[in-house]
Amino acid sequence: MTTALTISHGGHGVPPGPSMDGPAPKRIVVSYGFWIFLLSDIVMFSAIFATYSVLVQATAGGPGGAQLFHLSTVAVETACLLLSTFTCGLMSLAVNIGHRAATYLGGAITFLLGAAFLTLEIREFAAMIAEGATPERSAFLSGFFTLVGCHGLHVTIGLIWLTVMMAQVATKGFTAFVHRRLLCFSLFWHALDIIWVALFSIVYLMGAR
Amino acid sequence: MLGKLSWSAIPTHEPIDMIASGLMILSIGGILIGITVKGHWPYLWREWLTSVDHKRIGVMYCLLAMVMLLRGFTDAIMMRAQQAFAAGGAQGYLPPEHYDQVFSAHGTIMIFFVAMPFIVGLMNFAVPLQLGVRDVAFPTLNSVSLWLAASGALLVNISLVIGNFARTGWFAYPPLSELRFSPDVGVDYYLWALQISGVGTLLGGVNLVTTILKLRAPGMSYMRMPMFCWTALASNLLIIAAFPVLTAAFAMLLLDRYLGFHFFTVGHGGNMMMYVDLFWVWGHPEVYILILPPFGVFSEVVATFSGKPLFGYRSMVAATLAICILSFMVWLHHFFTMGAGADVNSVFGIISMIIAVPTGVKIFNWLFTMYRGRLRLTVPTLWTIGFMITFAIGGATGVLLAIPPIDFIVHDTVFLVAHFHNVIIAGVLFGAFAGYNYWFPKAFGFTLDEGWGKASFWCWLIGFYLAFMPLYWLGLEGMPRRMQHYQDLGWQPWLQVAAVGALVILCGIACIIIQLVVSIRTRDRRRDTTGDPWNGRTLEWATPSPPPMWNFPSLPQVEGEDAFWHMKQLAREGEGQPAQPAAYGPIEMPKNSPTGFITAFFAVVTGFALIWHIWWMVGLGLAGAFATTLVFAWRDVAEMEIPAEQVASFYEAHPAGLLR
Repeated sequence: MTTALTISHGGHGVPPGPSMDGPAPKRIVVSYGFWIFLLSDIVMFSAIFATYSVLVQATAGGPGGAQLFHLSTVAVETACLLLSTFTCGLMSLAVNIGHRAATYLGGAITFLLGAAFLTLEIREFAAMIAEGATPERSAFLSGFFTLVGCHGLHVTIGLIWLTVMMAQVATKGFTAFVHRRLLCFSLFWHALDIIWVALFSIVYLMGAR
Repeated sequence: MLGKLSWSAIPTHEPIDMIASGLMILSIGGILIGITVKGHWPYLWREWLTSVDHKRIGVMYCLLAMVMLLRGFTDAIMMRAQQAFAAGGAQGYLPPEHYDQVFSAHGTIMIFFVAMPFIVGLMNFAVPLQLGVRDVAFPTLNSVSLWLAASGALLVNISLVIGNFARTGWFAYPPLSELRFSPDVGVDYYLWALQISGVGTLLGGVNLVTTILKLRAPGMSYMRMPMFCWTALASNLLIIAAFPVLTAAFAMLLLDRYLGFHFFTVGHGGNMMMYVDLFWVWGHPEVYILILPPFGVFSEVVATFSGKPLFGYRSMVAATLAICILSFMVWLHHFFTMGAGADVNSVFGIISMIIAVPTGVKIFNWLFTMYRGRLRLTVPTLWTIGFMITFAIGGATGVLLAIPPIDFIVHDTVFLVAHFHNVIIAGVLFGAFAGYNYWFPKAFGFTLDEGWGKASFWCWLIGFYLAFMPLYWLGLEGMPRRMQHYQDLGWQPWLQVAAVGALVILCGIACIIIQLVVSIRTRDRRRDTTGDPWNGRTLEWATPSPPPMWNFPSLPQVEGEDAFWHMKQLAREGEGQPAQPAAYGPIEMPKNSPTGFITAFFAVVTGFALIWHIWWMVGLGLAGAFATTLVFAWRDVAEMEIPAEQVASFYEAHPAGLLR
């Protein structure tokens, strides 16, 4: 910023600073734009987090977190998701060197771990609903199902996206398009992890006490 | 099969509804038949509906805003007419449940489908040109945003014919907007229309922020960007940070209404204040999303027509960013009376008043730009001067409202109505009209008629004062807002003056339409052959009018603030960039794509199906949208090459413009 400030009044002959180089390359523009989109997604989550925090005591005589949450299951879920981020990173490395088989392998393991996470989450939801702890029961449960479910919905979208990307690698190979999209996908997948860490801490760790 | 939809959804028993829907269907049908008869569809499809050119998308956004302005203004006239008559024993002509829909639709339409598309349209049109680049960062996404905004507008208009609109006011507070108290589809129309258009707005915000931060001509450092680009950046940053909150709040209300959740319900631990907070965490930044780009327009207009650089450019940038940040810290002043306590109210009251400081900085900067300038009193200048005087009054009443004890007295009275119309009409709309008159010759290659433009300005200005000054007074007298009927006959004369004001504004709208028609008819003698009709300072005036699809044959090299002014000076001194490059090269441009239009079609299908609980159709709409995305993702060629000969022949036919 300071360089820009001095240059703007320096006139001719001053070497251009980084903000004066002209349009950025496509790869930078795409990933930058996607980052901004992810930030907006995180803002949406923060609104739901805020609502959950306000409503967390509003159990309306129904069950609270301490009765409902099983930290062992959630620990396995967390392990699945964090590991999938690692394999997603490995996949990105394979994409960078243009290694198809390794890309498929990384994608497949990421998919399986993500699917395992989702299965565990759906089983947790189903068990709670079977006990009568439905989202209609209390404001707390409405907030819980919405916050955790919204993250789960994002994971589902991620799995669909990953499948589509594998199909694109198969049909199109590593074109510039596919490269950029896989880059965005890995940003998306890592962002879901960041949100899960907050979710795990605020909803489960603080709620299970 | 059709969910909640049946023949009874068409309001055959309400004559006013039927006349309104009949007129709407006739006019839309007439336009569609006219286009078909004249065989314009291929042209429209090729050049407009599937266009990903930021200039055309900008023009279509503005067109959407102006069409919806007519709809929103019809609601306004209906309200003014009702309140002019419905005093004492008289009940007026609108029954309460219809009046409630009218004021809810008026607010929703004016904010989301007039003010928003108008400023988004101006930003889309002007920002890439001012930055000296060929397009926005994501051209196809831009088209998706436009058509999603249009989808939302279409759903709001469908509610006129099938079913009904919300009766909850434009912010749809629970518990009134919950299923228990609003069981019909009105609130669902409101929520789904705004969710769909909100996605479009958010994507548009991502697009423009990326464009401004990552795509600028060589040499265009941040502190050389035109003021309009700065305000566009601030406005779009606010979109990215604020709109997701609205999406979340609406999603929760939808879950309450559709799946029996208890976010904001009465009982089961629901907390309706949470909605009010979330709504205004979006809602207050929203007013700055709306007002900052017009501030940019006024800055451009004042500098251009004073023939001087903008006074205090850096303080203007600082003021813009200060407003951008402060706008997130004041949302509670929308509900001082809801019991947050004296300490909290004081903090929010003081921060609200602080916003007046950077705004005042801007006003003084504009005044000092005019001072000792060679001011030309063109139509955009008139809108700017009218804005500065009127907006200062609106700002002063805003500071009054920011004082909690005063707010307790005038809260939810027509004083508040007068205040926000004062800042939104005199700020946002005047700015939009200034921008419309200012950039019209750039967009279409001929200027707008000055006489009718001035007439429209005076009608709007006088009409505004007549319509809203009485409301300030009535608000101090204690008249609540949104009254379908009132007992106090002493209010009636004031409301009749306000009704006359609305009629004068109607004349202003008529003048704008006449101005457009007259200007099109006489376009041959008002052609802008220079590309620079106003002796402008920024890069959009360096291109021929209208600019070619590629804007610039090669990206300009920017040497300082007011880049084009600088180039003109160098050219006058006989140095600087050569008037014509040695040879034109081929240019890569994004290819047209029907993706936006088709996605929006499926968005309307999905939204309509959700509103009426037609679940199979929801599946169909979502599947269609997903398939459209897949087809788009599998395209092989995203860009087309414009051959060098075509570029050269364009500039042969258009000898105007410095950058060619």
